[in-house]
Amino acid sequence: MRIGFFLKEAFRALSRSAAPSLAAFATILITTLVLGVFIPVVRAATAKTNEVRNKIELEVFIHDDATKAESAKLGVQIRAIPHVERTEYVSKSAALRILRQRLGAKSDIVNDLPGNPLPASYRIKLDDPANVDLVKNALEPTAANGARHFISPAVEDVKDREDDMNKILSATSTIKILLAALAALLVAASILLVANTIRLSVFARRREVEVMSLVGATNWFIRWPFVIEGLIVGFLGGAVAVAILYVAKATVVDPLSDRFALIAAPQTIEFRVLVLLLLAAATAVSALGSGLTLRRFLRV
Amino acid sequence: MRKNGSKESAGTHPAGAQNGAPVVELRDVTVVYQGGNVGLDGASCAIERGEFAFLVGPTGCGKSTFIRLLMRQVEAARGEVLIAGRDIGKLQRDKVPKLRRHIGVVFQDYKLLPNRTVYDNVAYALQVTGRSRKEIRQKVPDILRLTGLSTKLHNTPVQLSGGEQQRVSVARAFVNHPPLLIADEPTGNLDPETSVGIMQLLHRMYRTGTTVIVATHDREMVDRMRRRVIQLKEGRIVRDERSGLYRQDGPPRELAAELSGSTSGGA
Repeated sequence: MRIGFFLKEAFRALSRSAAPSLAAFATILITTLVLGVFIPVVRAATAKTNEVRNKIELEVFIHDDATKAESAKLGVQIRAIPHVERTEYVSKSAALRILRQRLGAKSDIVNDLPGNPLPASYRIKLDDPANVDLVKNALEPTAANGARHFISPAVEDVKDREDDMNKILSATSTIKILLAALAALLVAASILLVANTIRLSVFARRREVEVMSLVGATNWFIRWPFVIEGLIVGFLGGAVAVAILYVAKATVVDPLSDRFALIAAPQTIEFRVLVLLLLAAATAVSALGSGLTLRRFLRV
Repeated sequence: MRKNGSKESAGTHPAGAQNGAPVVELRDVTVVYQGGNVGLDGASCAIERGEFAFLVGPTGCGKSTFIRLLMRQVEAARGEVLIAGRDIGKLQRDKVPKLRRHIGVVFQDYKLLPNRTVYDNVAYALQVTGRSRKEIRQKVPDILRLTGLSTKLHNTPVQLSGGEQQRVSVARAFVNHPPLLIADEPTGNLDPETSVGIMQLLHRMYRTGTTVIVATHDREMVDRMRRRVIQLKEGRIVRDERSGLYRQDGPPRELAAELSGSTSGGA
């Protein structure tokens, strides 16, 4: 009975004062749409930067005259170092193959080489790129007299491409902070915009609210229809935005995903999750906004 | 909720006046608005159950403040406001709606809900109290018949004349059969003929035992009805007569006194 009454009141308000409700609907639709585009982009971008960060690795080059046993022992030693996640042995011939691949069409120049100048190596993958110095120190410990030696005579050199790495690390963290700030701003702007529009729609009916209060309606009796109305408007706005997003995804984004790595990034947010998130946010913000903004006008 | 409602109408509500206390009592009440305007200044009076009282005086004399005080739209800075013997200044905010349900109010500007039909406007006053649909379907047509609105059931306020809108306002105020009915300038926007109709309606409600308080500056009406008159001036009660006229002295003398600049009738 009660719920039926409130629902009826909400629908009455929707049909009778359509203009402000429509404005709220449009605002929610557009902000949800913007968020719906922006969230996957941010997610994909962060995933990409993480991927770049994770490519950072250490390389331990092995003397050409090291024995098989020596290099095998070295592998065991490396794997025992903390923060080493994985090691990969790259033999001399494998290194040459990789170089050929990298050169692509120009790989012929490799054939002009007198032999195979490339050393065998261990590629070390770290659990976190930030731990690179720890691992480097472990590979080349400082002795009591201050001199530094590699942990094995088989080691010719340890390379970490320090410059590149620092650049990548600082660039990716800047990108991450920027994206986070941008996302926060956009979310805040969306909430404010929706809240403001709802305020206007409630404000347009403040006289009505006053009368209700003077006739003896409790605050919640007045408020429920507004909350339900907000719920409906928010859900509809969100749903239409999601529908548009879906159509856009199916017709524009999916066919292009072969060509653009960013779109195809596997770590971007799943569409189903995104849809649920957007719908829930649109509905909640709208309903809460309606209920909260009413507070001012209930002080009669 | 519904059960509660029927129990209330048996007499436990704040304005029920079971204990013989006056329905309305002001004890040395002062109201000061934000910005320092004084609404009432040390006003004291008591209105007994079943009385019909006029509040008279020029605009700004405190009539509206008196009424808003009873609805608890404003609170007294000093003094006590008692309704059926209870100090409503001490009422918690969430109890205010309950107080208002036991006071019917008629406004000068009708204050109808613009998007609702006549029927729905009156029904709303019952819906807020949680009455059943069945009860609403019985009571609303009754009160609309009483107020002569039976043919306007499905009209919205904009389709009605001022007099008709005021009748709807009266119907809404009385549909709960409140023990106290307050009208703030109910005829302020109406022509004399229509005003008589509204006043007759209020009088009819008074005859059912309801206490009626009417704020007005409709001199003709007050003089004709010869009821209790409480005259306010600059927030003070300057006259309180059992069955008085709008003006204490003959109108010409009062007017002459005011025109000559002297303040007469001040307490």
